[in-house]
Amino acid sequence: MGSVAHAPEAVHGHAHADHHHHEESFVSKYIFSQDHKMISKQFLITAIIMAWVAVVMSIIFRLQLAWPGEGFSFTHFFLGDKWAPKGVLNPNMYLALVTIHGTIMVFFVLTGGLSGTFSNLLIPFQVGARDMASGFINMLSYWAFFLASVLMISSLFVEGGPASAGWTVYPPLSALPQAIPGSGTGMTLWLASMAVFIASSLMGGLNYVVTVLNLRTKGMKMTRLPLTIWAFFVTAVLGVLSFPVLLSAALLLLLDRTLGTSFYLSEIHIGGEALDHVGGSPILFQHLFWFLGHPEVYIVLLPALGITSEVISTNARKPIFGYRAMIGSILAIGFLSFIVWGHHMFITGMNPFLGSVFVFTTLLIAIPSAVKAFNYITTLWRGNIVFTPAMLFSIGLVATFIAGGLTGIILADSALDIVVHDTYFVVAHFHIVMGMSAIFGMFAGIYHWFPRMYGRMMNNKLGYAHFWITFVCAFGVFFPMHYIGLAGAPRRYYSYSEFPMFDGVVDLNVLITFFAIIGGSAQLLFTYNFFHSIWRGQKAVQNPWRSNTLEWTAPVEHLHGNWPGAIPTVHRWPYDYSKPGKPEDFVPQTTPLDDGEEEH
Amino acid sequence: MTTLLILAVLVLGLMAVLRLSRVYELTATLRGKREEMISDRDNRMNARLMWLFPFFYFGFFIWLTLHYKDKLLPVAASEHGEWLDRMYDINWAILLAAFFLTNTLLFYFSGKYYFRKDRWAYYYPHNNKWELAWTIVPSVVLIGIIIYGLTVWNRITTAAVPGTPEVELYGKQFDWTARYPGKDGRLGATDFRLINDNNPLGIVTPASIATRLEELKAEEEAGGKQLAEEHDYLPPDRKHELEEHIAHIRRVRSRILNLRTLMEQDIAAKKAAGQESQYSFGADDIVVKEFHLPVGQDVELLIRSRDIIHSAYLPHMRAQMNAVPGMTTRMHLKPTITTDSMRLVTKNPAFDFILLCNKICGASHYNMQMALVVEPEGAYRAWLAQQKGFQTAEAATPAAAPSDSTKTTASADTNATAAVNEPKTH
Ligand code: HEM
Ligand SMILES: [Cu+2]
Ligand SMILES: [Cu+2]
Repeated sequence: MGSVAHAPEAVHGHAHADHHHHEESFVSKYIFSQDHKMISKQFLITAIIMAWVAVVMSIIFRLQLAWPGEGFSFTHFFLGDKWAPKGVLNPNMYLALVTIHGTIMVFFVLTGGLSGTFSNLLIPFQVGARDMASGFINMLSYWAFFLASVLMISSLFVEGGPASAGWTVYPPLSALPQAIPGSGTGMTLWLASMAVFIASSLMGGLNYVVTVLNLRTKGMKMTRLPLTIWAFFVTAVLGVLSFPVLLSAALLLLLDRTLGTSFYLSEIHIGGEALDHVGGSPILFQHLFWFLGHPEVYIVLLPALGITSEVISTNARKPIFGYRAMIGSILAIGFLSFIVWGHHMFITGMNPFLGSVFVFTTLLIAIPSAVKAFNYITTLWRGNIVFTPAMLFSIGLVATFIAGGLTGIILADSALDIVVHDTYFVVAHFHIVMGMSAIFGMFAGIYHWFPRMYGRMMNNKLGYAHFWITFVCAFGVFFPMHYIGLAGAPRRYYSYSEFPMFDGVVDLNVLITFFAIIGGSAQLLFTYNFFHSIWRGQKAVQNPWRSNTLEWTAPVEHLHGNWPGAIPTVHRWPYDYSKPGKPEDFVPQTTPLDDGEEEH
Repeated sequence: MTTLLILAVLVLGLMAVLRLSRVYELTATLRGKREEMISDRDNRMNARLMWLFPFFYFGFFIWLTLHYKDKLLPVAASEHGEWLDRMYDINWAILLAAFFLTNTLLFYFSGKYYFRKDRWAYYYPHNNKWELAWTIVPSVVLIGIIIYGLTVWNRITTAAVPGTPEVELYGKQFDWTARYPGKDGRLGATDFRLINDNNPLGIVTPASIATRLEELKAEEEAGGKQLAEEHDYLPPDRKHELEEHIAHIRRVRSRILNLRTLMEQDIAAKKAAGQESQYSFGADDIVVKEFHLPVGQDVELLIRSRDIIHSAYLPHMRAQMNAVPGMTTRMHLKPTITTDSMRLVTKNPAFDFILLCNKICGASHYNMQMALVVEPEGAYRAWLAQQKGFQTAEAATPAAAPSDSTKTTASADTNATAAVNEPKTH
């Protein structure tokens, strides 16, 4: 091992005192911290809280879907008489919950939470930097995220209820309070929250890009970067290029709502009145939204894939198969994700030829995706798999990625999409491929890097229970939705009782809700394990998973600047696991190549 | 009640797990066991579960498919729907093969190669041949899928042949209206500013323009009167609102006046050229809250919305198109099975084809539907003949001369009651 490695005992004492020259106040250490490690923890804990809000919402609307029109004390407890008289969910509130659930999960948990936590934690550690390029902007990025979260939550308490037009907030529904009460103050807060969120995301993203490009330690060539960093890097680039477009879309929507402009509105007669707006197009909004929206799904997924690559390789004790192909596929996915957005709009009346182009580009994305899936499977082949909870979640991710990627091929085929667009089939597709994959990646990351974050270990047994219950429930919840969709049932319906044609499949809704309640509750195990372990978990050793990457060469104790001495130098790629002729089944990146040794 | 029980069981279960984990933690600390040293037992257990899981996963999949396959959509009832159903079958076959293959490998390897101290993993960083193979094989399959898919897509979306009968579907919060051309076979022009109770689609005719102008004038005058009378005691914000309202009505009126000029010019110009203006087709249009189509005939559906985006979704026809305010979208389809035949096929005497809204549009989005009746040509004609023209008051009997009737209504009385045919209850 390199000279910088510390035995765990060394850091438990006061070894760090020599390297710490300035005392920090509570506020600058825990609140307005500019240290990437602390900021990463702030992102994570905020995201966990937001995730719980979204999970409770989903249980409320799942109860309504399983037993439409029945009252529940659970529902009443959270929503009160106004939105749930006698515990029966109000239809407007149903749409509001679906909207905010989606928004929180996609943006606050799987974008802000996932990238914010792991890009922050791992980029400086794994490229060998003392911190982010700009600690100050990094701090702003967190506080903007926090403010955005507060705005989003506060929208739950306004008079007309929160935004209710779906997480995609298509105008005119989202533009006109006459159309749905949530499009009043609630929608304004939604837009304000998202604007602040986008600012957070851009500050974070720029920092990640700059750090990866400029602050790599000696020897850390781009082709020696762990795949986590490659994934975070491409994710940040996608975010920086696409979020501004969402910001413009949101601003134009705000103008339509407040100043009477007509970007998205034309020839509308509502509430007994012909509006003045003419000449705009609601479809324009969809183009702008999905120009972000599709890259966004990869902004959510790529970090999870990066984490999985790292966790699978470490725990299979085997190099990730096809490292260069993995980088190539990340880049290909990143590039293609910018030219496929129209596949969300096949039936908006868009020119069929344009539709054909989007079919073509979209189906191309399946190729790098397939390469990734095969490479993961080959990495497992003849491995020596250590089943940590992180490893289980990573394998789970590969399974959900396969299942959801395959249904993507149906949806990408415009002709087939005519039948299932906007049905539960789509809900099944994206929850499996995006929701589950990304959340599994996030769990894998938390279990794997918890010792790096908190200097303690999480409890494995609880982790196992958490994984297996969650894994079974994930399929229990989302797999049957394919069938509901194939029966023609639309999404965003408050109830299916008005349609005898769905009678044959509605009993699936009961099954789904059942799995959802169990799966949701299993997250209590995780939450308990997480917070319990922060204070009471077993103390961690420096490199618990016998891993090669640089973050494990830094002492368990968090230091300003990460390494007490010089930053370690890198001599090899990160995936030398079980390399023949080596004394151990892992060779840290800091170990120089032997004479005549090939890199890989 | 059931939920309460479920919750109680869950809470108890969780508490038990937490207790157990505490006990486990304590004993582990006593024995000096470290979390990162995954025991052989744990590795083996998880490996076994990896082998067990596909039995649940595939089993669940197969059970769902067998149990629900007859409860999904019945056979396609349109010509292109049949193409799509075949396309689905072929795509599913390919995807299912990939699904079972990859998942089997994934779970088989995961369960087989669990950690054992006495062995090392196989150092196998890459293999260009393999990687090329699984780039090329999916590519070839996907190219096939793309070519097949686009061929069908093109067949479905090529413009309808000229002369294909047109029917309009009009969505608003939260119902559908259909419009059929009258004897002239053409749908009249529309303008959203003409919408009122008697003219829910805003069809442009001289009569509806005149009526609407008068309505607006009355409204404007009423507003002006209120403003003058209550000028001294109206609160400022209320007064401002009222002034805004009056200004808005003036704007709408002036736009309608423009429209009237346009219409008159167009009618005159077309007449000089011996043609008919699009503004003269509206009066005999049939506006109806029922939706009928003839079997075996291609029909072009013109889809519009009054307020926000809706989506006209006909799952049995395998057809869907958004209704977007400010534009007209189109799709054409040829129904191949009548409602009556479908009732026999599905052995369900109450079966109906349904048009439903498939784009979130507000509180009652979940109940925005209209039944579609597909019937033989003769029955369809008979049904249509019973419907009243929009401003031609009497039933659309084939005898009356089209251009004549328009003119007479136009000049006769501006208060001509428009006919919106309400559905009969069968
Ligand atoms: C093989 C790769 C994939 C293909 C071909 C594909 C294709 C599609 C298509 C065509 C749609 C639109 C369906 C419709 O609205 O009718 C869609 C929806 C969606 N996909 Fe994918 N997808 C793929 C992978 C992914 C991945 C990896 C993610 C996320 C990480 C994802 C997330 C989503 C989301 C969130 C939606 C729904 C958006 C909404 O309407 O709310 N997809 N996908
Ligand atoms: Cu997309
Ligand atoms: Cu709707």
